Amino acid sequence: MITARIHVTLKQSVLDPQGTAVTKSLHALGYAEVQDVRIGKFLELKLDTADRAQAEARVTDMCEKLLANTVIEKYEFELVEA
Amino acid sequence: MKFAVLVFPGSNCDIDAVKAVEDVLGEAVEPVWHTTTDLSGYDAIIVPGGFSYGDYLRCGAIARFSPVMEAVKQAAAEGKFIIGICNGFQILTESGLLPGALRHNDHLQFRCAISPLVVENNSTPFTSDYAQGQVIHIPIAHGEGNYHVDEETLSRMKANNQIVFRYYEHNPNGSLERIAGVCNEAGNVLGMMPHPERAVHQLLGSEDGKALFTSILKAWRDKQGA
Repeated sequence: MITARIHVTLKQSVLDPQGTAVTKSLHALGYAEVQDVRIGKFLELKLDTADRAQAEARVTDMCEKLLANTVIEKYEFELVEA
Repeated sequence: MKFAVLVFPGSNCDIDAVKAVEDVLGEAVEPVWHTTTDLSGYDAIIVPGGFSYGDYLRCGAIARFSPVMEAVKQAAAEGKFIIGICNGFQILTESGLLPGALRHNDHLQFRCAISPLVVENNSTPFTSDYAQGQVIHIPIAHGEGNYHVDEETLSRMKANNQIVFRYYEHNPNGSLERIAGVCNEAGNVLGMMPHPERAVHQLLGSEDGKALFTSILKAWRDKQGA
C-alpha cells in the first residue's frame, strides 16, 4: 500500500482571491508579518500497489487529467508507504 | 432544427434553456441525460448552467468525464453548434473544447445581477442577429466566472477573433480583459458566463438573449441551404 499526498495550488502567476482574503484577515488580527497566503487543495490517495515507479506515473496521470487544471493550477505530490 | 439540452446531476438551468428554445424559436428541443452517448440526432447542443456533480473538486471537472462529453466532442468536430452557459462554459473549458479556465470571482462574492455586455464579435453563428459593438443586458449568476487564459493563448484568440462578449464598463468578477464569452477557433463552440436563456422576455427584465437563439437558427438554416 502506498499513500499519495497531493497538493494542488494556483500557479504563482494566477491571482488567488481566497489567499488574498485570508491575508487581509490575518493582518486585521495583528499578524502583520504575513506577506502572502496561497490556498490550495490537499488530496490523500490510498493506492493498492507496492510499485513506486508505477504509482508515480499513475498519480501524475491523475493530476494531469482530473485533479489539477493545469491551465491555472500546479501540483506536487509525495508517495509514502502506508 | 433540433436542440439537445444536456442534463448532469446538479444542472439547474436546463429547463430554462429548453423553455427559451421553445418560446423564442418554436423548434424541437429535448433534455438529454448525461449518460447518453449518441447526439447524432441533434443539430445544436446546449450545456446549461448549474452545479454539475456539486462542483466538487472544481467547477465542471467531473462533468467533463460524463459519457455524453465524448459525443459533444464529436459534434464539435462535425461543426455542430454548441453553447455552454455558466457551468456549461466551465465544463467546456475543462474538456478542452474552449481555451482558458474560470477562477473564483476576485472579490470572492457570488454575483447575481443583470449585467451589460458588449458584443465583440457578431460574425459567429451565435451573435449574427446582434450589431457589432451592441450593448446588451444579460443576467449573470456565478461565484466562479473569473476568466483566465495565458498571454500567448490570449493573443492567438484575439488574432482569431474568439472573444465574443465582454462585460461593459464594470467587471463583475475580475475576468481577464472583462471577457464574458469566448468561442473556439472554428467558431461553432461558444462559452459564456451570462445566461441568455434568462433574458428572453421583458417580464424577466430583458429580452436581449433572444437574438442569440435566433442567430443559431439562422446559422443552421444558412448551413442547410449551402
